[in-house]
Amino acid sequence: MTVLVESSELHKSFGPIKAVDGISLSVRKGEVLGFLGPNGAGKSTTMKMITGFLEPDHGSSRICGLDVQDQPRLAKSKLGYLPEGAPLYAEMTPRTFLDFIAAVRGIDGKLRAARVGAAIEQTRLQSVLDQRIETLSKGFKRRVGLAQAVLHDPPVLIMDEPTDGLDPNQKHHVRNLIREMAEQKAIIVSTHILEEVEAVCTRAVIINKGRIVADGTAEDLMRRVPYHGAVAIRVSEKHEKAAIKMLSEQAFVDRVETLEKANRHVALRAIPRNGREIVTDIAALLRAKEVPVDDLFVERGKLDDVFRQITTTEGATDA
Amino acid sequence: MPEKLRATAIIAKREFAAYFASPLAAVFLTIFVALTGAFAFYVGNFFERGQADLAAFFAFHPWLYLLLVPAVAMRLWAEERKTGTVELLMTLPISPWEAVLGKFLAAWAFVGLALLLTFPMWITVNILGDPDNGVIVASYLGSFLMAGAFLAIGSFVSALTKNQVIAFILAATICFLFVMSGVDLVQNGVRAWAPGFVASAISSMSFLTHFQEISRGVVEVPTLVLFASLIVFALFANVIAIDQKKAS
Repeated sequence: MTVLVESSELHKSFGPIKAVDGISLSVRKGEVLGFLGPNGAGKSTTMKMITGFLEPDHGSSRICGLDVQDQPRLAKSKLGYLPEGAPLYAEMTPRTFLDFIAAVRGIDGKLRAARVGAAIEQTRLQSVLDQRIETLSKGFKRRVGLAQAVLHDPPVLIMDEPTDGLDPNQKHHVRNLIREMAEQKAIIVSTHILEEVEAVCTRAVIINKGRIVADGTAEDLMRRVPYHGAVAIRVSEKHEKAAIKMLSEQAFVDRVETLEKANRHVALRAIPRNGREIVTDIAALLRAKEVPVDDLFVERGKLDDVFRQITTTEGATDA
Repeated sequence: MPEKLRATAIIAKREFAAYFASPLAAVFLTIFVALTGAFAFYVGNFFERGQADLAAFFAFHPWLYLLLVPAVAMRLWAEERKTGTVELLMTLPISPWEAVLGKFLAAWAFVGLALLLTFPMWITVNILGDPDNGVIVASYLGSFLMAGAFLAIGSFVSALTKNQVIAFILAATICFLFVMSGVDLVQNGVRAWAPGFVASAISSMSFLTHFQEISRGVVEVPTLVLFASLIVFALFANVIAIDQKKAS
């Protein structure tokens, strides 16, 4: 797979504040990179440097092999960008606005009509084409911003919080749109909605205080949760002792915790040793010993927990 | 460089249309025509002078421009920076020069339109007498050129701030200094610290002096050079300002 976005050692300070402190990234065709971080972590600043809008103090960024500072015109022609907050010319209509963007990008004649039409269709703007943008709802404005970003079918698509302010249906639609395009493009999506990472991203990078603190698939990140892969079961009180004893004796179980007691039932959690997968073994064991179980599931951990853990503890050691 | 002109033209077209998307265009054009007329008739004593020329009309242009041209220029970049659209614009495959030039040309065309709409003055003076129309054409061109210099300064200042009111006041102040640079008010301030040749250099840039020549129909090379080089210089500064301040 070809690397379409490559940034190395990006640094940017605003006065005494180090906004971005050495971020290197590369995104291949077919990848959707989720760019996560708390507010003020440097997400937007990094994206502005990747797109060439902001010149880094050190480091460089390439789009399709073209340096965004040395060959800005060519590099930007390969790039679709939705800036933070989806800024638009409020006095224009979606139709005149998209036509303007297409014209600036040098898309003329029949091709322009076709590309603008396709972008309108993809983002479902048909019903508001001739209303002034300033009169549109937040959701429609965001979609106009998306439409201008995908208008020229760019190989690289960078979106700063594309679903911010959308209702659940619109979010779902935008995520589908991203998934549809993913195969042919390299996509970077910044967000602080973690479910979005699981929904659309093939990879996630978490940054904090201007540095990358985690990089991997959503699954990789969730492995960092202490309870990742733990198996929770619910048994009746009379089987509690036997179940605990049985589970604790297994080599693959690190320890067993008692979670809660209610309605004469007990919830237990078996934590795997060395993070191995234990659910099939436990299920087989319970069946063999004929312990009646009301409920059995694998705890996957929540990305929220990883995020909080990484951006608070590792941030603290940095400081 | 047809490719470069293409993007400039597209940006200019959008920007020009933007003036007409709000009441700004109607308000500005009406006030401009009304004020130029009112000054010519009531302050310039157009009739009492008993001469078939437009000197009384043109004489007030520098003063009107001081108020009206910064109002046209103030939104050019300050608004883009305030709403964040500058990020959209500058990540399109265009150079800062194309964007700066496109916006400037749109604003200049808009002021040019305002100037064209004063044509009833020209008709009036032709009905009343037998004016030297060559002088009038030269005066119109000179006035248009001076408006361009005001605009370029205004556009540059607009790139320095997100606040349109600040852009307006700063541009009006700088333009005022240019207009008055030959007058004692400014000259006394300069002579107090600068050597004589600096003071005369500043004095020689006085819009007022140059424009008085223009309104008599005398368009000299130094005048053209002054206005043209001011436009180029201010737009150059504008490009640098955009590069430096676009993201702050």
